[in-house]
Amino acid sequence: MKTADVASTNGTEPATQPRGAKTAGAVANWADERLGLGTAMKKQLRKVFPDHWSFMLGEIALWSFVILLLTGVFLTLFFDPSMAEVQYDGSYDPLRGVYMSRAMASTLEISFDVRGGLLMRQMHHWAAMIFIAAMMIHLLRVYFTGAFRKPREINWIIGCLLLLLGTIEGFTGYSLPDDLLSGTGVRAADGFMKASPVVGTYMSFFLFGGEFPGDQIIPRLYAMHILLIPGILLALIAAHMLLLVYHKHTQWPGPGRTEENVVGYPLLPVYMAKAGGFFFIVFGMIALLGGLFTLNPVWKFGPYDPSKVTAGSQPDWYMGWPDGLLRIIPAWETHIFGVTLSWNIMLPILVMPPLMIGVLAALPFIESWITGDKREHHLLQRPRNAPTRTAVMVALMTFYGLSWAAGGNDIIAIKMHLSINQITYFMRGAVIIGPIIAFIIARRWCISLQRHDENKLLHGYETGVLVRSPQGGYAEKHLPISEAEAYRLTARDREEVYVPDSTADASGVAAPGGKRAEITNKVRGKLSELMYADNVQKPTAEELHEAQHHSEHELHELEHQIASGPNKHGPSSDH
Amino acid sequence: MTDAHDNHDDTGHGGDGAPEEPIANPGLPAHTWRPTDVDPKSEKRAEIQVAALFGLSAVCTILFVVSYFTYDIGDNWSVIGGVGASTVALGATLGLALLFIGVAIIQWARKIMGDHEITELRHPAASPEEDRETTLEALKIGIEETGIARRPLIRNSALGALGLLGLPAVVLLRDLGELPGDKLEHTIWGQGGRKLTIVEDGKEKTVVVPKMRISRDAIGTPILASDLEIGDLVNAQPEVLFNPERYYVEPNEVHGHHLQVHKSKASLILLRMDPADITPGKGREDWDVQGIVAYSKICTHVGCPISLNERTTHHLLCPCHQSTFDLADSGRVVFGPAGRPLPQLPIEVDEQGYLVAQSDFTEPVGPSYWERDYDRDRFGEGD
Repeated sequence: MKTADVASTNGTEPATQPRGAKTAGAVANWADERLGLGTAMKKQLRKVFPDHWSFMLGEIALWSFVILLLTGVFLTLFFDPSMAEVQYDGSYDPLRGVYMSRAMASTLEISFDVRGGLLMRQMHHWAAMIFIAAMMIHLLRVYFTGAFRKPREINWIIGCLLLLLGTIEGFTGYSLPDDLLSGTGVRAADGFMKASPVVGTYMSFFLFGGEFPGDQIIPRLYAMHILLIPGILLALIAAHMLLLVYHKHTQWPGPGRTEENVVGYPLLPVYMAKAGGFFFIVFGMIALLGGLFTLNPVWKFGPYDPSKVTAGSQPDWYMGWPDGLLRIIPAWETHIFGVTLSWNIMLPILVMPPLMIGVLAALPFIESWITGDKREHHLLQRPRNAPTRTAVMVALMTFYGLSWAAGGNDIIAIKMHLSINQITYFMRGAVIIGPIIAFIIARRWCISLQRHDENKLLHGYETGVLVRSPQGGYAEKHLPISEAEAYRLTARDREEVYVPDSTADASGVAAPGGKRAEITNKVRGKLSELMYADNVQKPTAEELHEAQHHSEHELHELEHQIASGPNKHGPSSDH
Repeated sequence: MTDAHDNHDDTGHGGDGAPEEPIANPGLPAHTWRPTDVDPKSEKRAEIQVAALFGLSAVCTILFVVSYFTYDIGDNWSVIGGVGASTVALGATLGLALLFIGVAIIQWARKIMGDHEITELRHPAASPEEDRETTLEALKIGIEETGIARRPLIRNSALGALGLLGLPAVVLLRDLGELPGDKLEHTIWGQGGRKLTIVEDGKEKTVVVPKMRISRDAIGTPILASDLEIGDLVNAQPEVLFNPERYYVEPNEVHGHHLQVHKSKASLILLRMDPADITPGKGREDWDVQGIVAYSKICTHVGCPISLNERTTHHLLCPCHQSTFDLADSGRVVFGPAGRPLPQLPIEVDEQGYLVAQSDFTEPVGPSYWERDYDRDRFGEGD
């Protein structure tokens, strides 16, 4: 490459110092003399961020949170979180004259009497849905690529907390308009609280300021929604980002990309521009959604009335899966010693969601305990190269998906003309059997993909060129893959199944730590076998060499056949 | 190769890869120039593209301001797709203005800004051994100087005092709400038929409050038994919510959020069926009036109002979680997650032929809770 060809403005040294650079320098100097930022920014300004489309998923979550803050502040200027009763007399005629809470009336005012109010409301709601969806997909990306491994476990836990808090934040916000649909959700939440053992009714009476629904719940949810939870979210997001900067972003293995370095574009200007530009894209998409697609039309539901309900009541999508479990749980209630234990509420609502978050948070630690791997990892893994790990998440996703679908069992029944009872019975079995099947399929699928990779590495890729030999047999021509591609396929660790120290058993001397340690080691050995034993390990240099030699020979043979065979005008002329 | 980053290649695995590595790290591929780097024409084109995108954004922003002042949402809230012209116009212009900026910046970054990948070395997350030792030493000295290890009296009293401070945090929450008491066991239906001592003209007088009439929901008219035909389903409320004076109840008590509290427990479903269809529960033989039965409308699962009636089977379905109750058979759960039958309200007719409640519900309505003593309330054994 001749540098002379490089266009003038992209030359390494401009002819004259541009005016912008001078001003920037002056500003930087002014700030440094007061804040001493020079040292801190020395490395950060050109900090390297690797590039990959999947690294943008977390960004969607981050930017939608920023949009939530911006639109949320606008909404607080008009929303009145009061349950005092008023008679509506705003612009929306169908509800004029109806008695409702001020919360509902001010929501209608925002929607119909404040210009841009409905846009902001809908953007806020869309951003909330996207915030949670993006967090979940980001979590999946991090998990499937092994980005949660040391040293990033704490950031993984922070992420799980963000997901939990984001969901609660969503629920509190969704409840604020005090409309019929969200009120039904709050009523269910009251039922959930009352089902808690011992303290249930007290929790309910304290939260609602007396008997449901009382006149306190909206202002209290409001305080949580605009102050308490966003404050914690903000702090956790800040911690999440700081750890990201400190650990430096993970990267995909590839030529020149190792565990010891990070290759990519500098923060200033490219990454800043891309991330900043992406903020505007997310913002723009949410504005379009907010302007063009209605969601949560509270004016159609009307104000909350405890004696009314609409058919097809559904919570926001992220609450769907516990709601689905709540629908398919059998009618289990225990009445004993004069008290009631409502398993039909406790299991789906008070046990399952916290358990799910707990399992998610524990995954990195369980894995590192089984593998015994205490090294730092900065190179990502392809999901197929960790078949059992991938299958665990696929099983969890299947459980989630089936539960979520069960949350729409009435919709499925109506749309597909099925019996709701049958759907419910089916789902009861499916949420248990489905994940097991999904685990097995996903694991085997990953292993076949590994075999496919190995084939590519050893025998080259399939060219799609079929060759007929003089004897009439057909063979497909394989060509070796590029060196970069081959390196990418082999840039992963060799795995070893953990075998518990069995010498103790032979000599009759208890292993250090006694019986318990022995059992733990045995369990660990079994799990390690499940995790690694069936995986395809990358070939050794020798094996690769031999295979390449062999396929070269085969190729040669094939070329020879083509040259001497009937199909002289075959694909060999390509070379 | 003139690119500075290529010097970093050797720091990776490339040269000194472990022997069993089948393929040595080939190192970073050479940088390839983009058309905009080498072709001034294409560079100029990219520059114009980016500027044009920013320009389009500015146009959209101006259109946003114009729409803000042009459309009056109050009058045309349903013009376009039920959202209103103002909302659609504001959303579209704002969205496009933002999108154009985003696309412009990214185009700028991709086509014009330098695209040299650079390499940075990583460092272990842990601090250097030396720093760690120094810190541990400082920590040790600091803790030693407090004397906390040698003075358990101070340590324990300090921990005790600090721990006790959790108490005010808990106690302060006490006034969040009143205690449940027995509130969940009663509804406003119980206000009918009670005896009351009132002071009238300076004299104490005992009155018997009339039995609570069953009124139609929303309009509030009391229901005559003869109003209902077989198969009719009526959403009902106690008449006191519409006519509190008749039951000696303060009007404030059935207004605003008090009304909501009462409705959340007292809402009723009335259904008239062929008396021959009814299998009355033990002790419930006289709870219906000529085939008219009254059940709580509040689901015993998590408290949704139940609304979907299957006419032929007398089954009532909760739209929230699909618990299904058989109104011909004491509200028995025939399907779904609800753990208990729907509470039945014993009814009769008063002298004018209006349907009235014989008493309050004989068990708590709505979702289960810990203190709810099921055995005490179960029909056939209760009362």
